[in-house]
Amino acid sequence: MVAKNIGEPVLRKEDARFITGKGNYTDDINLRGQAHAFFVRAPVARAMITSLDCSAAEAADGVVAVLTGAQVAEDGLGSLPCGWMVLSKDGSEMKQPPHPPLAADRINYSGEPFAVVIADTLQQARDAAELVEVEFDELDAVVSVADAQSGPQIHPEVPDNTNYDWELGERDETLKAIENAHHVTRLSLVNNRLIPNAIEPRAAIGDYNSGTDEITLYTTSQNPHLARLVLTAFVQLAPEHKLRIIAPDVGGGFGSKIFIYSEETVVAWAARKLDLPIKWTADRSESFLTDAHGRDHVSEAELAMDENGNFLALRVKTLANMGAYLSTFASAVPTYLYGTLLAGQYKTPNVYVEVQAVMTNTAPVDAYRGAGRPEATYLLERIVEIAAQEMNMDPAELRRKNFIQPEDFPYQTPVALEYDIGDYEASLDKALAMADYAGFSARREASVAEGKLRGIGFSCYIEACGLAPSQVAGSLGAGVGLWESGEVRVNPTGSVTVMTGSHSHGQGHETTFAQLVASQLGISIDDVEVIHGDTGKMDFGMGTYGSRSLSVGGSALMKAADKIVAKGKKIAGHLMDAKSEDIDFDDGEFKVRESNLSKTFQEIAFAAYVPHDYPLEELEPGLTEKAFYDPANFTYPAGTHICEVEIDPDTGVTSVVKFTAVDDFGTIINPMIVEGQVHGGIAQGIGQAMLEHGIYDETGQLQTGSFMDYCMPRADDLPNFDVGMTTTVCTHNPVGAKGCGEAGAIGSPPAVINAITNALGVREIDMPATPLNVWQTLQNATHEDARGE
Amino acid sequence: MYNFNYHCPSSLQEAESLYAKSEDPMFLAGGHTLLPTMKQRLNAPTDLIDLAGLTELAGISREGDVLQIGAYTRHADVAASELVQAAIPALAKLARGIGDTQVRNRGTIGGSVANNDPAADYPAALLGLGATVVTTKRAVPADEFFVDMFETVLEEGEIITAVTFPVKGDAEYIKFANPASRYATVGVFINRHNDGVRVAITGAASSVFRCSEYEAALSSSFAESALNGITLRTDNFNEDLHASVDYRAHLCAVIAKRVIASMV
Ligand SMILES: Cc1cc2nc3c(=O)[nH]c(=O)nc-3n(C[C@H](O)[C@H](O)[C@H](O)COP(=O)(O)OP(=O)(O)OC[C@H]3O[C@@H](n4cnc5c(N)ncnc54)[C@H](O)[C@@H]3O)c2cc1C
Repeated sequence: MVAKNIGEPVLRKEDARFITGKGNYTDDINLRGQAHAFFVRAPVARAMITSLDCSAAEAADGVVAVLTGAQVAEDGLGSLPCGWMVLSKDGSEMKQPPHPPLAADRINYSGEPFAVVIADTLQQARDAAELVEVEFDELDAVVSVADAQSGPQIHPEVPDNTNYDWELGERDETLKAIENAHHVTRLSLVNNRLIPNAIEPRAAIGDYNSGTDEITLYTTSQNPHLARLVLTAFVQLAPEHKLRIIAPDVGGGFGSKIFIYSEETVVAWAARKLDLPIKWTADRSESFLTDAHGRDHVSEAELAMDENGNFLALRVKTLANMGAYLSTFASAVPTYLYGTLLAGQYKTPNVYVEVQAVMTNTAPVDAYRGAGRPEATYLLERIVEIAAQEMNMDPAELRRKNFIQPEDFPYQTPVALEYDIGDYEASLDKALAMADYAGFSARREASVAEGKLRGIGFSCYIEACGLAPSQVAGSLGAGVGLWESGEVRVNPTGSVTVMTGSHSHGQGHETTFAQLVASQLGISIDDVEVIHGDTGKMDFGMGTYGSRSLSVGGSALMKAADKIVAKGKKIAGHLMDAKSEDIDFDDGEFKVRESNLSKTFQEIAFAAYVPHDYPLEELEPGLTEKAFYDPANFTYPAGTHICEVEIDPDTGVTSVVKFTAVDDFGTIINPMIVEGQVHGGIAQGIGQAMLEHGIYDETGQLQTGSFMDYCMPRADDLPNFDVGMTTTVCTHNPVGAKGCGEAGAIGSPPAVINAITNALGVREIDMPATPLNVWQTLQNATHEDARGE
Repeated sequence: MYNFNYHCPSSLQEAESLYAKSEDPMFLAGGHTLLPTMKQRLNAPTDLIDLAGLTELAGISREGDVLQIGAYTRHADVAASELVQAAIPALAKLARGIGDTQVRNRGTIGGSVANNDPAADYPAALLGLGATVVTTKRAVPADEFFVDMFETVLEEGEIITAVTFPVKGDAEYIKFANPASRYATVGVFINRHNDGVRVAITGAASSVFRCSEYEAALSSSFAESALNGITLRTDNFNEDLHASVDYRAHLCAVIAKRVIASMV
């Protein structure tokens, strides 16, 4: 049962710290005697290193050491592994090339590190890096996804540059349904490559204590325990109990800080090797070049319908770019987090998807806010919108007609997932009302009168969050379980310290989790301190991604809090001479039922730690409880986004004039924080749809390597968002929550593009719909019209 | 950034002699163009001569029909100046549209003009208004000052001290901003006065230029329709991720018409 305090828009506890500059980010930490690392990076995308001479650099002022890929190999440091096995259609295992922390003889993307200079100051390290003498034998680079399979082979382990050829769903049934259908809508589309750009660049400090033989690594991680597991069990950096990872305040991740990168590995390794604290902080250019990028799919899809617009079958073929190496989660993104979502909110009986993962000489591609689900939603909601055009049906009504209905739950999709609950029509109706769909044609006329084009677009998305039921994940090839840990430590005075394996890098856990625990224990949220991000402090945990923190991490905390209450009842029973079954706990008080006897939570806490009057023979003193929670299913946040745009046909400039999002996230602890998450997600989604594009030239040089060319959304690019909620409570976790962190980025891109194609009266436009792209599309459409006449 | 010697002279003379004595010196104004290139190690002066202490480069004044803006005047100060707003409101508006608050609080008109970025805003105003660039050596009409991409007639060690603008007729500037950098993809400055019409376009080509085709058409009829059917020569137009040559050419006409519409 969820009690008071939940659902209140409590101001964020962490904000005072953040907005007064009192945050403690990795780069804020300076260790006594620390040296600085500067990575020497390849200026070319694909090459053999034919010679490498570091002697001049080693002799330079202030230089402690110059370490190379050869030394990494000599010390037996392993490859950075990808954590998810994906099997091909023929049952063969995915092809995974080794990923050395420093390249030894071959360069596979521009920006790849092949040496590191460690010096007393960063300036000295940079100066010395220019003295590293290296010669490359440059090779033709493979850059575009579409050409990857026919290009020169990048890794000997990966023939045709293809990691796997994966499928999901019933092939024959799907093809048959398409062949016999009344109408088939066909679509080819690209999901544009994105560069994450968290406001805090990645950073790491390695610190070695030769007395205890322990390494401490401070790093910008969304999942410090997972990083420790990978660095110890796979990379063989140190035994697990001799590596402590601290991820202090982290300034945004969006997925890019899940992964285990070269730099933190090297800094930790070098710290021990040189017995010296070593610090590295990426500059923005390094972030552009080396943070794992997102998306980058090329797909073809077919949607079959009967004469009434009922969906019969969906077939999808996707090429997914993995970049030069398989990053930590990369293989799972275009498969388990993508193919499984292609049923969407619809009861399409047959869905069949094939995904080939391909390698290119570009930065690794991995999970980025939404991870796979935005790609699935974009494909599905684009083809549904075009199907509505082709069937001459209202796009909202075509969707409504095909929705899975409330009575259909639990609903088994043809692509593996079982949705527990939802009410898609409720979200659609509320969104239609909030967006004043009925008034759209009048608004369009008003725009036309001013020489503008106006369009409206829909997106009814679903996502699978709360990663993940461990057994399901395991059967899908995950290398780890995906439960979460939580601990509630009641202090003798009754205040509470909460430890969670989740990690906050902007999400507001210190507030949300405090609200959750405070309401369970009937205490003030000011009496709850939430601690996260240190493998030396809390139990092993799985970290934060996939909108899992509240539904999985929060559930663990709820279980732990329940245990505290259960133990408290026993103590209270003893103190008040009653059976613990006769004690009710309500609003911070333990009461003997049908009496006026009661004890406060604080009195019970004190009694537990000062057990002078205490049933010591039956009960241990102290009041601390832990719980591990493994979810029974994924959670399924879903909703409707409606975007309205106005386009200036003279310049191609598109303004998002109205954006409505109605989401069903299950139980909401703090609506203000949830709205903030939705706002941020939509901003990123609009960024993808209209502004952002990671572009490499044909030689593999990143052309959008700074904010001068990579266009991040800014406040004046965005309208005020109208955010609404509908609620169906998640059936299988104690909080009832589904997760809200990614929905905005998942739902919004197709709504924006559907609005733009609607305004332009065209079938297709690729993301990002920049002014140039929109103008060019209009020119082409006008020319085609002219030719058609 | 590499190490360099920092100087902060208090007179023009001292600045010039420091320049003459140094191995590979550069002048520093707001630093918003120079410092990023130094951080990226693309520029490596041995000596940085900061112009901040030179009172000779400060201040905005008007004498009759001449508005003078000292080279070290920040964009924000031009934007906020009542003198500028009264004399040439389009110039204040242009300054208000440069970069963001931080850039406007540091960047200077002298630095912008000396740099001659093909996508910068000020060069359009200088050329459009027929301004004069005053330096330690001479006074150069804007028509002769801007040579090509990042190139001006400034010689080694020559310091811009001020820019003077004739106050005549009315003027307007509209920029179509690059969505990412917010520099001008195309910016059009038009000045209409008794002697005719001047049209300067920035962003479109390798350097700011006067658009003689538009000037001729507008001199006979100052109306949007006057630009119809004019095709610009685009041999030296820029092409990048954000705008093709055709798009830029198209935008020149669209933006010029918007400027005209706001002036008639
Ligand atoms: C994020 C960002 C956004 C920007 N957006 C815009 C924009 O939208 N529009 C725009 O027009 N500009 C823009 N700029 C550029 C900005 O206006 C710069 O300030 C300007 O171009 C250079 O002026 P500065 O005073 O900073 O010069 P500095 O960077 O100090 O110097 C630039 C060059 O000029 C030389 N120099 C400086 N002063 C003199 C002088 N008096 N005499 C001779 N040489 C001199 C220097 O030696 C150097 O070579 C932007 C800059 C940034 C960083």
